[in-house]
Amino acid sequence: MVRAPSSGGLGDVASSDSSLRRFLFGLPGVDQVGAEARAAMLFTRSIKKGSKVWALEQAIRMIDLTTLEGQDTPGKVRALAAKARRPDPSDPTTPPVAAVCVYPDLVGVSVEALRGSGVHTASVATAFPSGRAALATKLVDVAEAIAAGADEIDMVIDRGAFLSGRLLEVHDEIVAVKQACGGRAHLKVILETGELSTLDNVRRASWLALLAGGDFIKTSTGKVSPAATPPVALVMLQAVRDFAAATGDVRGVKLAGGIRSAKDAVRYLVLVNEVAGERWLTPDTFRFGASSLLNDLLMQRTTQRTGAYSGPNYFTLD
Amino acid sequence: MTGSDERLAVLKTYKLYIGGKFPRSESGRSYAVSDAKGRFLTNAAQASRKDARDAVVAARKAFPGWTAATAYNRGQVLYRVAEVLEGRRAQFAEEVAAGEGLSAKRADAVVTQGIDRWVWYAGWADKLAQVLGGANAVAGPYFNFSVPEPTGVVAVLAPQRSSLLGLISVVAPVIVGGSTAVVVTAQDRPLPAVSLAEVLATSDLPGGVVNVLTGRTAELAPWLAGHMDVDAIDLCGAPDDIHADLERAAADNVKRVVRAPLGGEPDWTAEPGLHRMSSYLETKTVWHPMGV
Amino acid sequence: MAWEYAPAPESRNIARLRTSYGMFIDGAFTGGTGGSFKTVNPATEEVLAEVAEAGQADVDRAVAAARKAYDKVWAPMPAAERGKYLFRIARMVQERSRELAVLESLDNGKPIREARDVDVPLVAAHFFYYAGWADKLGYAGFGPDPRPLGVAGQVIPWNFPLLMAAWKLAPALAAGNTCVLKPAETTPLTALVLAEICQQAGLPPGVVNVLPGAGETGRAVVTHPGVDKVAFTGSTDVGKQIARSLAGTRTKCTLELGGKAANIVFDDAPLDQAVEGIVNGIFFNQGHVCCAGSRLLVQESIADELLDKLKGRLATLRLGDPLDKNTDIGAINSAEQLAKIRELSDIGDAEGATRWSPPCELPEHGYWFPPTLFTGVSQAHRIAREEIFGPVLSVLTFRTPDEAVEKANNTPYGLSAGVWTDKGSRILWMAQRLRAGVVWANTFNKFDPASPFGGFKESGFGREGGRQGLEAYLCAGDGRSGT
Repeated sequence: MVRAPSSGGLGDVASSDSSLRRFLFGLPGVDQVGAEARAAMLFTRSIKKGSKVWALEQAIRMIDLTTLEGQDTPGKVRALAAKARRPDPSDPTTPPVAAVCVYPDLVGVSVEALRGSGVHTASVATAFPSGRAALATKLVDVAEAIAAGADEIDMVIDRGAFLSGRLLEVHDEIVAVKQACGGRAHLKVILETGELSTLDNVRRASWLALLAGGDFIKTSTGKVSPAATPPVALVMLQAVRDFAAATGDVRGVKLAGGIRSAKDAVRYLVLVNEVAGERWLTPDTFRFGASSLLNDLLMQRTTQRTGAYSGPNYFTLD
Repeated sequence: MTGSDERLAVLKTYKLYIGGKFPRSESGRSYAVSDAKGRFLTNAAQASRKDARDAVVAARKAFPGWTAATAYNRGQVLYRVAEVLEGRRAQFAEEVAAGEGLSAKRADAVVTQGIDRWVWYAGWADKLAQVLGGANAVAGPYFNFSVPEPTGVVAVLAPQRSSLLGLISVVAPVIVGGSTAVVVTAQDRPLPAVSLAEVLATSDLPGGVVNVLTGRTAELAPWLAGHMDVDAIDLCGAPDDIHADLERAAADNVKRVVRAPLGGEPDWTAEPGLHRMSSYLETKTVWHPMGV
Repeated sequence: MAWEYAPAPESRNIARLRTSYGMFIDGAFTGGTGGSFKTVNPATEEVLAEVAEAGQADVDRAVAAARKAYDKVWAPMPAAERGKYLFRIARMVQERSRELAVLESLDNGKPIREARDVDVPLVAAHFFYYAGWADKLGYAGFGPDPRPLGVAGQVIPWNFPLLMAAWKLAPALAAGNTCVLKPAETTPLTALVLAEICQQAGLPPGVVNVLPGAGETGRAVVTHPGVDKVAFTGSTDVGKQIARSLAGTRTKCTLELGGKAANIVFDDAPLDQAVEGIVNGIFFNQGHVCCAGSRLLVQESIADELLDKLKGRLATLRLGDPLDKNTDIGAINSAEQLAKIRELSDIGDAEGATRWSPPCELPEHGYWFPPTLFTGVSQAHRIAREEIFGPVLSVLTFRTPDEAVEKANNTPYGLSAGVWTDKGSRILWMAQRLRAGVVWANTFNKFDPASPFGGFKESGFGREGGRQGLEAYLCAGDGRSGT
């Protein structure tokens, strides 16, 4: 699937700035209009009945329940963790979410509150959200999060370096963070697609992150608009699909920011299903980074279950 | 043509014009051409179906080059034709006068109109795309534009009566847009057409862009109408009784058919309009997405 | 675990299907003299309705009504008023769009998604577009005071039944002509509902007449001495017959015929979008599209990579109930068409090409053919030369741009072509050389009322859509005919 070197030779791609550049710029271009049209068409799929219930529950399992505010406190994180364990206290059959996502200083609180639940604690790191810090600082950020018990690290790439063409620098930074994760934490690489501006860049950044060892590629910090959009999701899903075809290595995609309705979540699952493939429809390979999405999923699930439309007051706000 | 008290004139041999060359008919046939009063003028080549076939091959061969020429270049070539015509007015006036039975003054006026017609068409070459094509406002993120493109090889059955102005009025609109022509001249008044071929041969017009066949229209027309590598046919000079047959034959490869004008030959002095040019132009529409 | 999408069928009640349909002559629905025929749902083979078939006497009556309406009402009417009728029709099509989409899907077999998202919106758009032209004809470039031709006899195919009706009626009416329209015998229903919309819009009687029937009815329409203008969309064979039948008359004619379009993919193409374009090019509407990209010309250096991606994509196509909103591939329109597709595909096998289809369960009843591609095809194969008009793609390779152009043009057809490359100058270079009426670059099968559509060579002559689409229905005011 990969054009520049043969798939077996992917390992040499990042041996120099120029070979990395040749590889990334040798990837097929993305026609924006065509990509948007394809994503829009998939968004018209009509998911009903049992397939909808399954999708709603799977979407709940795929959520990284997130709070990334200056006003975050241990109390807020504990409340979120409780919600993560039991999203719908009135219905014990509701599955837990995948992870709680917080700033490094609150990792300890989250880990403690989630102990025994199977819900992961993810921490943003590397001078989130801008990534504007020295590499050493970023690595300390990561190390502290891991030391506090985070088993998932959501790093940001250096968009400035990417946009100015210092691709190897971006690559090596991801490699360094991956090393810092030391096998104890999964690495999600935030591309901040809203700042990359073109789908060609999204594709290149996706491959760059995958080549550097990112376990997930993630759209956004949630601090930049636009965040996750259907065509961006499409291109990133194509990247993990093609990467798997080239290397046999299955990596994940996380969409973060802007996904608030259950309807959109189900549509994105259609995208996952028909672009990357059914293989990706698990929390190990697909995540939603969200906060308010969860309650809408719960509400829609209840509607499907009871046959009556529900209301927001029946779901907890944390 | 010959003055009795002067030296014996050197007579011209009227031949066919195919692929930039002036062959005799491969059939070896010729036919007598008389003036309007029935007096013998000369023998013209009587083209055969094989000559017609060769002419189509020559026109097809010339098509890619001619259609790829810039419109500016085509306009220049057509204008050059007018320039060379201007220098040979006397000869054309003489042939028109003899063939159409016009006074010298009338014949001269016809030549003037013919030259001016070339100039008129020459100016169209690089304006057709703007007048006939353009951008189309489609409802979506696409740039969409239409351009007129030449139809290809056009068989022209030239008008029988107006042997120069009529001829020019049916040939120039074919080639100005980039198509190439196989012209069957007025059967009984072929001489201006052959002389025009000589002008074309010396006017930067690539060989094969216009091919001129003299002979029996009714004999040649069916071969051209049924020829699968001819893209369009102008029935202007076809005998009335074979129009329907020609159209039926033309349908075999969906030729564009320009029917003979209703009520006989039109007033060729009137400004022609776009119709004849657009008859040999296809609209091509190109779509492309607009994105980053 | 498989995520099976539950069926999401559109309700067929929305189509307001009746047990029988009359023909529409002189503003009224009537029975006819030609007996009747049944129209079936190609997805199930069930009979949808009994439809009156127009015989010669009905054609005579319709042409006379159209003539009278032309002379007395439509041509003399202020052009702005004509335009307003067309605006009304456009609006009413929008108002009844869901009904029309479901009915189209039932009668034709096309997926409801396409009928809903493509056909019907384009129908309304076409009427809107030409409505605005009605009182601006003097600016259309056909002389200061162009004139309508009179009565237009129009024969349309079964692949886009309602859209083709709109393509025919809207420009003809805007230009001031009156119409006798014959829909295809396998898909007469939506044209009859459109006639009802004309009635609801208050269109004067006789301006539009709709005559269901088969080839015999069509022949009677196009050869009728009272018809001034013939417009036909359909097969090249029938187009040639029509041209022959009009030989020696003064009837004007435009033809939109078959195609065998090349969809050309260069090694620098945006591959994922190219895959979508290939799929859309040949599997849109089950490949029942005259401009379908039925020949894939792929640069040899990326052929394997592209085919892998393409096959992966074909495996996700959802074939089945056309009324299911998630269906991508519907039913073949008729048993006859299915037989033709099978025959040509079998010839592909016999000639040594390699057939491939994704695993795909075909419904038990109805007319179905799986999305199919043939590799190892050369220009000499019949599947590379003849229009299959079904979901069958022939894959050929090329090495250089010159070779791509040569192969693309090496056909008697010239309706459309596709080019996929990221290099702008190459797109324009290719677009200039492809002998086709529509060139889609980095896209395929896009349509718009403002965009002229029609072919070179044996794909027909005349254009539909855009300013150019008016030319077929006008003659210049100074007496010179348009074309």
